[in-house]
Amino acid sequence: MIGAFGQRGPARPVPSLEAPSPRYGEKLIRAILAMCALLSVVTTTAIVVSLLIPTIEFFGKVGIGDFLFGTNWAPTFQPAAFGVLPIVVGTFSTALWGMLFAVPIGLASAIWLSEYASPRQRKVIKPVLEVLAGIPTVAIGIFGLVFLSPMIEDVLPFMVNVPPFSAGVAGLAIGLMIVPIIASISDDSMRAVPAGLREAAYGLGATRMKVATRVVFPAAISGIVASLVLAGSRAVGETMVVLLVAGASPNLTFDPGSSVLTMTAFIGQTATGDISTGSITYDTIFAVGTLLFVITLILNMFAIRMVRKYREVYE
Amino acid sequence: MFRSKPKFLATLALTGVMALGIAACGGDDSSSDGSSSGGESFSGNIRIDGSSTVAPLTEAIAEGFQAENPDVKVTVGTSGTGGGFEKFCVGETDANDASDAIDEEQTAMCKENGVEWEEIQVANDALSVVVNPENPVQCVTTEQLSSIWETGSKISNWDQIKGLDPAFESELTLFGPGTDSGTFSYFTEAVNGEEGNQRTDYNNAGEDDNQTVTGVTGAPGGMGYFGFSFLQENEGKIKGLEIDNGDGCVAPSVETVQDGTYVPLARALFIYPSADALARPEFDAFMEYYLANVNDVAEQVGFIGLTDKQLTDNDAKLKKLISEAGN
Amino acid sequence: MAAGIPGSERTRLATAGARAATVDSLKHQPRGDVWKGNVFFAILLFGLTIALVGLAAIIIQAAVKGAPAFGWNLLTNGPSTLNPDEAGFRPALVGTLYLILGVIFLVVPLGIGAALYLEEYADGTRWWNRMIELNVQNLAGVPSIIYGILGLAFIVRGPLDLGFILVAGSLTLALLVLPTVILASREAIRAVPPSIREGSLALGATQWQTIRRQVLPAAIPGVVTGVILAISRAIGETAPLLLVGAATFVTFNPTFIGDNGYSALPVLIFNYAARPQDEFRVLASAGVILMLIVLLTMNSFAVWLRNRYEQQW
Repeated sequence: MIGAFGQRGPARPVPSLEAPSPRYGEKLIRAILAMCALLSVVTTTAIVVSLLIPTIEFFGKVGIGDFLFGTNWAPTFQPAAFGVLPIVVGTFSTALWGMLFAVPIGLASAIWLSEYASPRQRKVIKPVLEVLAGIPTVAIGIFGLVFLSPMIEDVLPFMVNVPPFSAGVAGLAIGLMIVPIIASISDDSMRAVPAGLREAAYGLGATRMKVATRVVFPAAISGIVASLVLAGSRAVGETMVVLLVAGASPNLTFDPGSSVLTMTAFIGQTATGDISTGSITYDTIFAVGTLLFVITLILNMFAIRMVRKYREVYE
Repeated sequence: MFRSKPKFLATLALTGVMALGIAACGGDDSSSDGSSSGGESFSGNIRIDGSSTVAPLTEAIAEGFQAENPDVKVTVGTSGTGGGFEKFCVGETDANDASDAIDEEQTAMCKENGVEWEEIQVANDALSVVVNPENPVQCVTTEQLSSIWETGSKISNWDQIKGLDPAFESELTLFGPGTDSGTFSYFTEAVNGEEGNQRTDYNNAGEDDNQTVTGVTGAPGGMGYFGFSFLQENEGKIKGLEIDNGDGCVAPSVETVQDGTYVPLARALFIYPSADALARPEFDAFMEYYLANVNDVAEQVGFIGLTDKQLTDNDAKLKKLISEAGN
Repeated sequence: MAAGIPGSERTRLATAGARAATVDSLKHQPRGDVWKGNVFFAILLFGLTIALVGLAAIIIQAAVKGAPAFGWNLLTNGPSTLNPDEAGFRPALVGTLYLILGVIFLVVPLGIGAALYLEEYADGTRWWNRMIELNVQNLAGVPSIIYGILGLAFIVRGPLDLGFILVAGSLTLALLVLPTVILASREAIRAVPPSIREGSLALGATQWQTIRRQVLPAAIPGVVTGVILAISRAIGETAPLLLVGAATFVTFNPTFIGDNGYSALPVLIFNYAARPQDEFRVLASAGVILMLIVLLTMNSFAVWLRNRYEQQW
């Protein structure tokens, strides 16, 4: 008998590449793992649901326009006012001052780590910066309150109009906290740029500074921007530092010297304070929570988009 | 070898964690303090929640009580007077600390859920109005206070306050507690006639009344208010004002609160035990310990002790609730 | 002049001259560039120094302020309103410890499971898988206080209705750090080269066998690093615990399972910082140092792990 390939001999059955049994165990494991992953969807749904129901109740009593565009925030006063703009501005004010501080410091550190540091220096300094990331926010808040605020008051009095609270000082403390996010992720991004690009630039006679700023930095831009957005998102969502340092007066201003109330501080204060559930003040917590969730969601989606769009593929 | 290393490390970490846990459990000796009261030792759980103003007092009592009865576990939460009542009136807690008397809604909720309670006063407090030490003003009337603090007030300078003696000119900077605190509720009701009635352009100290101290110290025309303990702890940095409610200027002090002349800013602090909880021997013992020792502890924590009359009233109320609980 | 020099000599001169000119131009950067380069370097160092000085300031300030309270009391005694100088953080430490244990028990299997599914099993083009991925990435950026609201609404009250107990706190924190663990695990699993998997499959192993015996063991160090960093975050989180009811005053050691209250280190620190008596604020700073020591230990462990087991494929 001549086989398909010209072999001689009796025909043998062609071995099947299918698994001999239906492998139910495998399917079960796959299902279990899928459930673990679905938990994330469940969590998001739960967050949305837990926020949405009281929010809807809230908007039954307070108009959306009044809420989103009103400039008087006094939910616990008589008469009550629910214009959310002051606390939104408060949130962005502290985040802004934080970013103004953290972006140059973080990027400087990242560039140094990636382009100038020796491997030994890197091995020491990078973990040290990561320690800064691990410091609990309540510690940073206490630091801001007890040390930074008096110090800034002496050095830059315009930053602290009415001691001890100040959006600027809170921003500074937040900035210190997010520096590692920017530094670490930007550094990783810049390290990922292939050595070939750098070497080519050096070969053409570029200085180190030129290589760092004109070659590596633009090449790593997607990671750097992602790190900035992540840091900004973290700054917006920070609670403890602002609770301790920014005060609780809902002033509608970007002035770093004045005290502000952020969305997170409002939620934190009110939810642990003297408010009865079911009252409109209680519902306000959820309305503000929803707004905060939406804002950070938009920021995060933007970051994800940026990374995907500009991710360069290097071979 | 590679596969066993992570396992080894995991075991090591787990052992370390367990060792820490055992060490922590082993060192279970809280400092013993307070008077001994005979042989019997109780056991059980006691849950108290409520006002963060009253909490330090209840905590101090709980500490002393647990030193004598180490098998009783007392937790003191600080969800606020209102938040605490929510839990109390559905039976989740055994007692509620309150810086304000129970209101109608809460009374109705408790009744609905079959929770019987009694209002026991545990201490007095003097809400103190404070100014910068450089401020020459010694005394303000309640009308002046109201004109400064009420909703819509436009007063921005000390020289705009009518009838002030001596005259003082300085920019008025206001500091106060968070709007979700019992201090805020009490002050606004006592001074402005309605809870929550206060101008919104003041510097909100948020969670931390210490910041009112810092604020008033730093602003020559500063003015703030908080509980008596903060005044006591910061003598020299700030100055307490005397309040004139029509009968002359009265300074906040232990005496003026106890004899009832410091009005309207003297307030009572309460605890609301439930009848069901009192049926349990350990909680009964706790409440008796509380009343027996509260005056010793109150001043240490910064409050003003109860008068003899208030103490006897309390005893009667407690006995009444216990006998009702027995039915 | 050139006419008088022989040809070979001319070439030699010319090449020597050209070489000298090139070397010269490469050696000497235009003065402007040198100056600019140095200034730039100085700016970078300045930025870095500020970050490091800030870090040092936080630690030193807390240490100085908290120094009077240092002593074994901090670890063995409970909180004391009557004797703040003898007070300690023991119940809060134990509470934090149990909270973290709970978080680890939940987050490790769930996190690895989800990461495995997303990396090994899921078809990346299907919309539901992309949605899961998107969800995980979004959740990683949600502010921690929102998780507190979630915990309050769903775990403490609502469907699970566990009450204000330690397990509820653990669950809330677990949900908070789970996305981070999933993301870190995915990176670790992704780092294992496809050739390992393909080789295993080619030898007849099933997908799960491949994962269990080849991929997972190789990815474990990266996963553990991710878990430790997530735990570091969970230890320091105050806001969600405030909402989920970590009572501040607990003198007894909380139990893991049980319906008595519990406390946690950051919550207690926050509470102490707001009291009028200065001794409490000293305690708060001492507590901060305590937390920093715990965190530093964990971080060092993570870094050591990363360095030790970093595989070069």
